[in-house]
Amino acid sequence: MSTLTTIPIEQYLIFCSALFCIGVIGVLIKRNALVILMSIELMINSINLLLAAFSAYSGDPAGQIFVFFIMVVAAAEVAIGLSIVVLIYRTTHSIDIDVLNKLKW
Amino acid sequence: MFTQYIFYLLNILALFSAVMVLASKKPIHSVLFLTLTFFSIAGHYILLNAQFLAVVHVIVYAGAIMVLFLFTVMLLNLNKDERSPKPLWVKLIAFVAGGMLMLTLIGVLRGFDLQMAANPASSQIGLVKNLGRILYNDYLVPFELSSILFLTAMVGAVLLGKKEQL
Repeated sequence: MSTLTTIPIEQYLIFCSALFCIGVIGVLIKRNALVILMSIELMINSINLLLAAFSAYSGDPAGQIFVFFIMVVAAAEVAIGLSIVVLIYRTTHSIDIDVLNKLKW
Repeated sequence: MFTQYIFYLLNILALFSAVMVLASKKPIHSVLFLTLTFFSIAGHYILLNAQFLAVVHVIVYAGAIMVLFLFTVMLLNLNKDERSPKPLWVKLIAFVAGGMLMLTLIGVLRGFDLQMAANPASSQIGLVKNLGRILYNDYLVPFELSSILFLTAMVGAVLLGKKEQL
């Protein structure tokens, strides 16, 4: 209740963009496939929080429903992504994404 | 005033643990810091009066996704340092690119002013009763489609995790 009146929405925007950029940097600098999946989770979470913030500030519950659906899709994505990581580890004995350059050329 | 302090505290906690996810060398430390980020984001949901989302967030992310990550790290015995981290110039370029993205986003946000007065009815919209009514009335078809998506993902994960060749 009091959050909505004391904190302007710009602060949520700045916080969520910072979190999103940390996720982008993580995808760019890491070689471990697991940590890259975690950075993707960070980006998804920042978007979720921003959707919920706009939903709460504008009084429209549709935004929170969308956050719910994004969580569903993110859970499915992580389940498939981690099984792909396990499969990569079984074939190459490493989860370094730079090993996976067979399709590059 | 009190909620403002909590807001900044959660902000600092979330950003610090997000940075530590990237800064820690071992994947298991990254997973634990990611859990801390998820809990501080759940605190943000509670501050926004989105109680249902906060509970679902804790159950799904801290309960399910973190367990998946931890199982993968521990079962495959992946908890060792990166053998060859990326060269320094790649990291430098990545930091510059991320910083430019951040600057661009903030520059766009400064261009227009958001006049969002807080809706007085908005303290009730995050409750389970209200969200459930909307979910099962207006969004029934996407809800059922997402259950099919879940079933597909489950079948796919089991199929990919099988030992023998397909």
